Amino acid sequence: MTAITVTVNGKQHHSEVEPRTLLVHYLREHLNLTGTHIGCDTSQCGACVVHVNGESVKSCTMLAVQADGANVTTIEGLAHNGQLHPVQEGFWEKHGLQCGYCTTGFIMAAADLLQKNPHPTDDEIRHGMEGNLCRCTGYENIVRAIRYASEKMAAK
Amino acid sequence: MIPSSFEYFAPTTVAEAVSLLQKYGDDAKILAGGHSLLPAMKLRLSNFGALIDINKIHELRGIHVDGNISIGAMTTYHAIESSDALKATCAILPEAVSLVGDIQVRNRGTLGGSLAHADPAADPPAVMLALDAHVHVTGPGGNRTIAIGDFFTDMLTTSLQPGEIITSITLNPLGAGEGAAYSKFPHPASRYAIVGAAAYVKLEGGKVSACRIGITGAGPKAERQASAEAALIGTDGSAEAIAKAAEHAGENMDVLSDIHAGEDYRRAMIKVYTRRALTAAVERAR
Ligand SMILES: Cc1cc2nc3c(=O)[nH]c(=O)nc-3n(C[C@H](O)[C@H](O)[C@H](O)COP(=O)(O)OP(=O)(O)OC[C@H]3O[C@@H](n4cnc5c(N)ncnc54)[C@H](O)[C@@H]3O)c2cc1C
Ligand code: FES
Repeated sequence: MTAITVTVNGKQHHSEVEPRTLLVHYLREHLNLTGTHIGCDTSQCGACVVHVNGESVKSCTMLAVQADGANVTTIEGLAHNGQLHPVQEGFWEKHGLQCGYCTTGFIMAAADLLQKNPHPTDDEIRHGMEGNLCRCTGYENIVRAIRYASEKMAAK
Repeated sequence: MIPSSFEYFAPTTVAEAVSLLQKYGDDAKILAGGHSLLPAMKLRLSNFGALIDINKIHELRGIHVDGNISIGAMTTYHAIESSDALKATCAILPEAVSLVGDIQVRNRGTLGGSLAHADPAADPPAVMLALDAHVHVTGPGGNRTIAIGDFFTDMLTTSLQPGEIITSITLNPLGAGEGAAYSKFPHPASRYAIVGAAAYVKLEGGKVSACRIGITGAGPKAERQASAEAALIGTDGSAEAIAKAAEHAGENMDVLSDIHAGEDYRRAMIKVYTRRALTAAVERAR
């Protein structure tokens, strides 16, 4: 077992983990933050995207021990004081989901995209979301949701 | 899926990492960005007793441009694609790297990891061949430099010796009269190259005086294209000369056939993508 200290959604956790524990398993099973999903075993679907020190990463392709000392944000930490993040609001308003399984990963990836590029074109949105797969609703409403968030953030 | 158990080390210096590699020998493995290694460990295709994570070795990160270009082995694709210094001196590299996988892969994956892994469908190896890069390594015997032409030896195999770590990659900046470009036919789902072509061209007095072409995705390893290069050198680099030279691409090269593309199709695409890369490289050189 290895001792780690990780700040998740602003709260510091001291934990003992096996080195082989993936970050996604640590979040889901040790911290009970089950909003982060696992959709594949091949690092391709993006259902598990979280932010580590502000950058989006696939938490199934990183070890929990590698997050020692890091700041992690999951879907549970995106809203502030009951106020949805503009990307969350966009997915609600534009119906950017059907079954919802891929949604949390999409929202985390989109939040990182807008932080790097606040005014993306539709092409840039599609290119920026290459790491996330949706198997039911298609991508049209997802792009609309992200565009909604970008406009909403610009209006502030 | 969960990897099998291992002991985890996170050294902060290259010397410490090399001595851990020596201590654990065949049972040790380096972890860089983890975007080739961790998926293999999750599928239990790779099992090791000691995992040596080199992410905490700060001296392995960073891009330095002064006279020549030096890129630390642990520099991420995202750092490369956002580097203004590289865009100004060697635009092909940030452009090619921006086509790797997706942004989450590029936030973690590293240039050194890509070269050490030597995946036959990886993008960076072709670009490194076209730019005639040098790979700097440190091992139990000290430091040495490997010319990229001697680096890739077979599928997933390089000339790195046991206990050696890639520390940096060096390149020459492109000057007046020089141009380079990468053109890729990506797999629609994974984005890995089914065929990728990187081309470098130098023009002097209106004639092509130097040319290097690296092909990835098509064969068991990334390879230079000697006969296509020779066919372009001495010409004026016109569309016609490029089309003729590109017809030689793929000669004397083993080409793979798999569920994504058959050998004939890949051979045809090697020519098409070589022509596109050469056309863009000549345009930039003018
Ligand atoms: C979904 C997905 C899509 C991808 N798409 C593409 C693509 O389109 N194009 C592409 O080129 N790649 C693609 N990749 C692969 C990606 O580029 C990997 O990051 C890269 O192949 C390996 O780099 P890494 O830093 O992640 O290395 P790791 O996975 O950590 O290591 C790979 C191997 O290299 C060894 N190693 C690492 N660093 C060193 C070093 N400094 N010295 C000696 N040995 C070392 C390790 O021991 C291991 O054997 C994709 C990966 C994923 C998961
Ligand atoms: S679960 Fe991480 S990419 Fe699919």
